[in-house]
Amino acid sequence: MTSQEKAKAYWKKNIQYVLILLLVWFFVSYGAGIIFKDFLNSFKIGGFKLGFWFAQQGSIYVFVILIFVYILLMNRLDKKYGFDE
Amino acid sequence: MDLTNRYLMFETLDVQYWTYILVGLTFALYIGIAIWSRASSTKEFYVAGGGVSPWANGMATAADWMSAASFIGMAGIISFSGYDGAVYLMGWTGGYVLLALLLAPYLRKFGKFTVADFIGDRYYSNTARIVAVFCALLVSFTYVAGQMRGVGIVFSRFLEVDINTGVIIGMLIVLFYAVLGGMKGITYTQVAQYCVLIFAFMVPAIFISIQMTGNPVPQLGFGSELIDQPGTFLLDKLDGLSTDLGFHKYTEGSKSLIDVFAITLALMVGTAGLPHVIVRFFTVKRVKDARKSAGIALLLIAVLYTTAPAVAVFARTNLIETVSNQPYTTVPNWFKKWESTGLITFQDKNNDGLIQYNANEIENELVVDRDIMVLANPEIAELPNWVIALVAAGGLAAALSTAAGLLLVISSSVSHDLIKNVYYPNISEKLELIIARISAIGAVCVAGYFGINPPDFVAAVVALAFGLAAASFFPAIVLGIFYKRMNKEGAVTGMLVGIVLMLFYIMKFKFGLIGGVIPDKSQWWFGISPEGFGAVAMCVNFIVSIVVMKFTKAPPLDVQEIVENIRIPLGASKPSNH
Repeated sequence: MTSQEKAKAYWKKNIQYVLILLLVWFFVSYGAGIIFKDFLNSFKIGGFKLGFWFAQQGSIYVFVILIFVYILLMNRLDKKYGFDE
Repeated sequence: MDLTNRYLMFETLDVQYWTYILVGLTFALYIGIAIWSRASSTKEFYVAGGGVSPWANGMATAADWMSAASFIGMAGIISFSGYDGAVYLMGWTGGYVLLALLLAPYLRKFGKFTVADFIGDRYYSNTARIVAVFCALLVSFTYVAGQMRGVGIVFSRFLEVDINTGVIIGMLIVLFYAVLGGMKGITYTQVAQYCVLIFAFMVPAIFISIQMTGNPVPQLGFGSELIDQPGTFLLDKLDGLSTDLGFHKYTEGSKSLIDVFAITLALMVGTAGLPHVIVRFFTVKRVKDARKSAGIALLLIAVLYTTAPAVAVFARTNLIETVSNQPYTTVPNWFKKWESTGLITFQDKNNDGLIQYNANEIENELVVDRDIMVLANPEIAELPNWVIALVAAGGLAAALSTAAGLLLVISSSVSHDLIKNVYYPNISEKLELIIARISAIGAVCVAGYFGINPPDFVAAVVALAFGLAAASFFPAIVLGIFYKRMNKEGAVTGMLVGIVLMLFYIMKFKFGLIGGVIPDKSQWWFGISPEGFGAVAMCVNFIVSIVVMKFTKAPPLDVQEIVENIRIPLGASKPSNH
C-alpha cells in the first residue's frame, strides 16, 4: 500500500467506528432516555423506572464506556497502520 | 484539655470558622501551585507548553468544565424539575462523546493555540477568524458572569461578608494564578480544584444517602428503599409527596418531548463547541493523549453528574419533609440564615403560622431559590459543621476553576487571535506575552464588574452561550475536519446565519426585544424553547454551509493538504518539557 492508500483506508475505518459509536450514543440518550422513556418506564429496576434511569444515570455510564471503546479501537488502528507514536 | 473536651470543641466549632479554615487552606494551595508553575513563553501561557499528561489534563478539563452551575446550580434545578433535569445531565456529558470522537484528536493534531486559529487557518480567511473570536468572547463573557455570581453567593452566605468583598477576593485569587501562570498555572491549579470539588460534592451525598437509605453509594441510594419506611422506594415516596402538593410526578417531566430532545441536543453540541473546553485538548503531547484525556475527563465528570440526580432527590424530599406544613416559629436555623440572604422567602398569606408549600401560586407561601439546594442540603440533613464548610470550599473551587479557564480564552482571543494574527503579525513573543497578561487582567476586571453588578439575565444568557457555540463553532469545525471540499464562503456564511438566527430567537422569545413582549410558549417555532433552539440553528448552519459551498470554488490545495494531514495522528508538534 502506498502511504496515500494507507491514509485513505485508515480514515474509512475511523469513520466506520465513529458512526457505529454515535449510533449507540444516540440510542441510549435520545432513544431510551427521551423517545421511548414512557414505554421503558413500565419496567423497573430496584426503585428506578427504567426510562427515568436511562435519562438520569444509564446514558452517562454508556457515554463513558463509548469513549473508552473508541480509545481502544483507535489505538489498535493506529498500530495496524503504523500511525502509532 | 482532655480528649473528650477536645473532641467536643472539634464538633461544635462554628461553621464559619470551619469555612475560614477550609477556604483559607485551599486558597493557599492554589497560590502555591501558581508560584510553582509560572509561564515563561507564549506556548506555556496559551497551552501549558503542550506537554500536560492525559490524567492531569483530564482532571483539569473536568474542573474547567464543572462550573458553579454544575456544582451549585444543577442538582437544584433537577430538584425542582425532576425528570426534565435530564436535559442537563445528558446534555453536559453527551457532548464529550462528540468532542472525543469528532473534534479533540484532530484539533490536537492541527496543533495551534486557539479555536480561532483553526477556523482562521482552515478557512484561509481573517473574516472567519474574527467571527470566531467574536463568538469566543461572547460565549466566555456570558459564562464568566455566572461564575462570579456563584462566588458571591458562597462568600455572602458562609463567610458572612459582603457579596462585593467576596467577589473581589475571588478576583484577586484568579488574577494571581491566571496572570502569573497562564494555561500552565491554570492547569495545575485545576487539578487541585478537581480534587477539592469532587470530595466536597461526594462527602455530603454519601452521608445523606446512608442517612436516608442505608446505601453508601448515592447513585444506588436514590433507587433504594427508605430506612425509616422499609418497603417504600425513595422515588415512589417523592412522586407521592410531589403530587400531594400539586406538582407533577418527580419521575415524569412537564416539558414536551420535542423540547427535551432539542435542549439535550443543543447542550451536547454546545458543550462540544465551547472554546474553553476545546482549548484544553491543545495542551497534551500526542493525538492519542487527546483521546485518552477526553475519556478521563468524562469519567471524572460522570462521578459528579451521576451523583447530582441523587442529591436532587435527597434534597427535595428532605426539604418538603422539613418545612411543609410546619410552624414557622420552629423552623431550623439554616432556614433563617438563608432567609436573611433573600434566597428563601416566606410570606404567611393565610396567617395560620404554618408554612404552606405547594404548586398553586396563590396559596403557596414559600419560595426557595434553586441555587441554594446543594449548599443548604448538608444543613437540612443536619450533617456536621465541617461538611457544610467543605461544600463552600467546593463551590468556590468549581467557580474559580471555570472562571480561570474562561479568562484564558478571553486573553488569548485578544492577544493571540486579534493582535498577533490579525493586526500586528510581527509582534515579538515577549510583547505578546505581556499583552496576554494585560488582557487577562482586563478580563478579570470585567468579570468582577459582572459579579458585583450581576445582570439579571444571567440565566437567560447561559442558554445563549450554548446556543451560540452550537450554532457557530460546532458545524464549522466538524465540516472543516470531515468535509475536505468545505470552503471559506460556506463556513463563514453558515456561521453568520447560525449566529444571527440564534440571536434573533433569544431576543424575541427570551428578552421580548422584538415586538415589545415575550411571546407565549405556543408561539415557539416547532414547540422548541429558546434553550433548545441552538439545535435548530446548528442544523441551519450545516445546511447553509453545504449549499453555499456547492456554488463556490473548492479550497486551495494547501488547505486540502492541512485537512488530510490532521486526519493522521502521527507527528503532532513537539511539546516543550515541564
